[in-house]
Amino acid sequence: MQQLKTELTPEEIREQKPYEAWGLSEQEYDYIAQKLIGRLPNYTETGLFAVMWSEHCSYKNSKPILRKFWNDGSRVIQGPGEGAGVLDIGDGQAVVFKAESHNHPSFVEPFEGAATGVGGIIRDIFSMGAKPIASLDSLRFGELDNPKNRYLVNEIVAGIAAYGNCIGIPTVGGEIGFDAVYDGNPLVNVMCVGLMDQADLKQGRAKGTGNSIIYVGAKTGRDGIHGATFASNEFSEEKEADRSAVQVGDPFMEKLLTDACLEIIHDHAEILMGIQDMGAAGLVSSSAEMASKAKSGVTMNLDLVPQREPGMSAYEIMLSESQERMLLCVKKGEEQTVLDIFARYDLDAVVVGHVTDDRQYRLYQHGQLVTDVPVTSLVDDVVEHEQPSRKPARLENSQPAQTPTIKDPGETLKALLAQPTIASKESVYKQYDSQVQANTAVTPGSDAAVVRVRHTKKALAMTTDCNARYIYLDPFVGGQIAVSEAARNIVASGGVPIGITDCLNFGSPDDPESYWELDQSVQGIAQACERFDTPVISGNVSMYNETDGHSIYPTPMIGMVGLIEDINYITTQSFKHAGDAVYLIGDTGDDFAGSELQKLQGQVPPTGQLNFDLDAETAHQQLTQKAIRKNLLESAHDLSEGGLGVALAEALFGSSLGFEGRTSLTNAQLFSETQSRFIVSVDAENKAKFEALAGNQAVLLGHTTDQDQVSLTTADGELKASCADLKATFGGALGCLMK
Amino acid sequence: MMKFAVVSFPGSNCDEDLYYAITDDLHEAATIVPHTTIDLSGFDVVLIPGGFSYGDYLRGGAIAKFAPVMPAVKAFAQTGKPVLGICNGFQILTEAGLLPGTLQHNRQMQFICEPEPLRVENNRTMFTSAFQDQQQITLPIAHGEGNYYCDDATLAKLRENHQIAFTYQNNPNGSVSDIAGITNEAGNVLGMMPHPERAVEDIQGGTDGLLVFKSLVQAHLRTV
Repeated sequence: MQQLKTELTPEEIREQKPYEAWGLSEQEYDYIAQKLIGRLPNYTETGLFAVMWSEHCSYKNSKPILRKFWNDGSRVIQGPGEGAGVLDIGDGQAVVFKAESHNHPSFVEPFEGAATGVGGIIRDIFSMGAKPIASLDSLRFGELDNPKNRYLVNEIVAGIAAYGNCIGIPTVGGEIGFDAVYDGNPLVNVMCVGLMDQADLKQGRAKGTGNSIIYVGAKTGRDGIHGATFASNEFSEEKEADRSAVQVGDPFMEKLLTDACLEIIHDHAEILMGIQDMGAAGLVSSSAEMASKAKSGVTMNLDLVPQREPGMSAYEIMLSESQERMLLCVKKGEEQTVLDIFARYDLDAVVVGHVTDDRQYRLYQHGQLVTDVPVTSLVDDVVEHEQPSRKPARLENSQPAQTPTIKDPGETLKALLAQPTIASKESVYKQYDSQVQANTAVTPGSDAAVVRVRHTKKALAMTTDCNARYIYLDPFVGGQIAVSEAARNIVASGGVPIGITDCLNFGSPDDPESYWELDQSVQGIAQACERFDTPVISGNVSMYNETDGHSIYPTPMIGMVGLIEDINYITTQSFKHAGDAVYLIGDTGDDFAGSELQKLQGQVPPTGQLNFDLDAETAHQQLTQKAIRKNLLESAHDLSEGGLGVALAEALFGSSLGFEGRTSLTNAQLFSETQSRFIVSVDAENKAKFEALAGNQAVLLGHTTDQDQVSLTTADGELKASCADLKATFGGALGCLMK
Repeated sequence: MMKFAVVSFPGSNCDEDLYYAITDDLHEAATIVPHTTIDLSGFDVVLIPGGFSYGDYLRGGAIAKFAPVMPAVKAFAQTGKPVLGICNGFQILTEAGLLPGTLQHNRQMQFICEPEPLRVENNRTMFTSAFQDQQQITLPIAHGEGNYYCDDATLAKLRENHQIAFTYQNNPNGSVSDIAGITNEAGNVLGMMPHPERAVEDIQGGTDGLLVFKSLVQAHLRTV
């Protein structure tokens, strides 16, 4: 087989600078050649450096900021730096979770881009030794009047469904938001949660000189080459031609891979020294990172790597991002045990190399030494760039948001319920198998999804959240709010928040304003996390979310997990019986900055200043938590987009009840998005107990009825509507917009 | 104790759910047996679970029907002992010719996961005796290819022999005559798209599914 193109010589590389197109700067190239390896890198080596030094693999731009995250806490077993973070949930068990973005691939090839996003994060979870038990998807799209966005919604949802349904991991939650800033740059953030016995914990280490490196899973093809670099660049319409950078997923193969790897982890832990997913930058990043973490070296023979097509160069083999592949480090002499297990699953498994003690990274192909560089030069020596940062001009003179006038709150509520961000997503999530594994206690559509831990009385609550319009108005406070809202979701479902993962979706770090937004929101997130005792245990950074020079709103998606210590605490958002008292926990102000009402009234982009008080947030969460534990609440729902009006409607939709009440709030305040609030319902016989517990933190709004009517008298009018009417609007809006 | 076999094909993903439904909730014995098993004669019931056998890239169950275990499943069915195929298991049983008809893509060409109201059309089978006749129940569905189809002659036969076990109340997928589950002519093989093993505990949202398995216990008690 003839090579299609002749590789450039090291001298030609120096002259022609092909590495610049791969994302490596001339300065970085010179530094590598002169300081790190003391010679000119050859073609393969230059390719390896280009991907390993990309932002996607090295976090070279974001690391100085990410260090500001809070990663401590008594539950942390494994913080950032491995496949996924691990938290202690008692009884010798642990929860493992991480989120990852697949934004660029999902724009270019939405079905496969989203599907492989699901596949990639699942491998991160089981590589730690955990059984994946749930996944969630946080999606952002441009507005649906653009047919391209409708196409993206359909294809991305279908891709997630195809992969998740087949592999048998329930897709239990997530969120979908719409805003014109995501035109040409949708966000696809996938979070996976796993459950394990702490004794099964594994790490990605190539340790023990002489031990074998085993390649497992799908064959390596020419797909996804330079995917990591692709993700580390701004996007343009021309780059739609970069389709080769998107991979194709095979969930059946991944199911076998998951089962086989977990069997080895459970039954042969003593011979498995380390295991890691071949994710971004495929074979090179997994092997180099495993060697780096173990402070060892690695030698591999690329002729042994299973290949889908003949004639692949070392460069192509190493940079391929073919899916469903894992790299294992297995004790010398014990390889056959592992190979036999994979054979039983009909999976390719080959010893491709071994661990060395000299910390060199060596690759052989066709008998030639094609790469010989220090492991540290690929992983540890990447030069960090703390970028210049500048507060965006729009934030210098921000004014409070105007208070809108609302004449007919019933009509306003109906209009808000028809907004795609608020409207029911049932038509989407019913395409996902949310119940496989038979542990799902709260299915999609409530504040947080709840998955019980079989054979215990525990359950896990999980949610994803981010209101990017708030971040746009104030990245620090917006970051605090994103964490707080996720925590409110967990608390409302009966859990104690225990940790977060994140996907930091931002614009280019080369833009000082973008970099400032990243820095500020990370600090806001960090502060809220420390307050809630929810360490950041894993995460992912996706920068360069710009298309043709337009940046998205900064969107740091928070994925939070909570522990429900007793399944009797599980609480849902729906009202339960007629005659229950309905209370609002938390004060309501004129908070219209970044609200859905503001957007409905045409204020795009949002304006105004955010108000937020972390102390009030903490107090109201604690009250709700206590009331649930004392068994005083029939339902609990956090207030978010659309404020009290929308939350009240949502609490009614899961029941066949109505509501009648009176409030001192104004018509407009029914849609104010003041933070730190819950709406709860209380059985008549618990009213006194609840009021004693709540003191002045909660106010009685009214009670549920068995009529098909919601009626709430305000200071300047009345919210009056038929529940069936509202429900029809809420349920049908997304379908109408998708037509 | 009754002995249930749960046949696991590569790509089955409801095998463990069935195992737990039998052991934790029905309190009978279950064994997950691999697709390479060639003898099932020691079991009292054979369960074919849901999932995506062999990835189902061609058509649900189209590859699984060639699995080494299938002659044993057929031999087991011929003895008159019960065989229950759920979701992908139903697809496999039709592909293998143990049940008539076929399962096409859902009418709207999308996967559907939701609780589905059903009616028990025949409670005189070994799978439904614990239900009341015409009882309305709710079981979760989760499938992309659950649209049951058979020709008119077959449908007439299904009706005449009372082989229609469950029907949908609001047909979600386009199935002929709202069919959600059918038995073979002898009545000892049942295929159904809804998942009874996902409705065996209150925390899952309902326990109607447990009655399918309890029916099998009743049937077994009648034979011993």
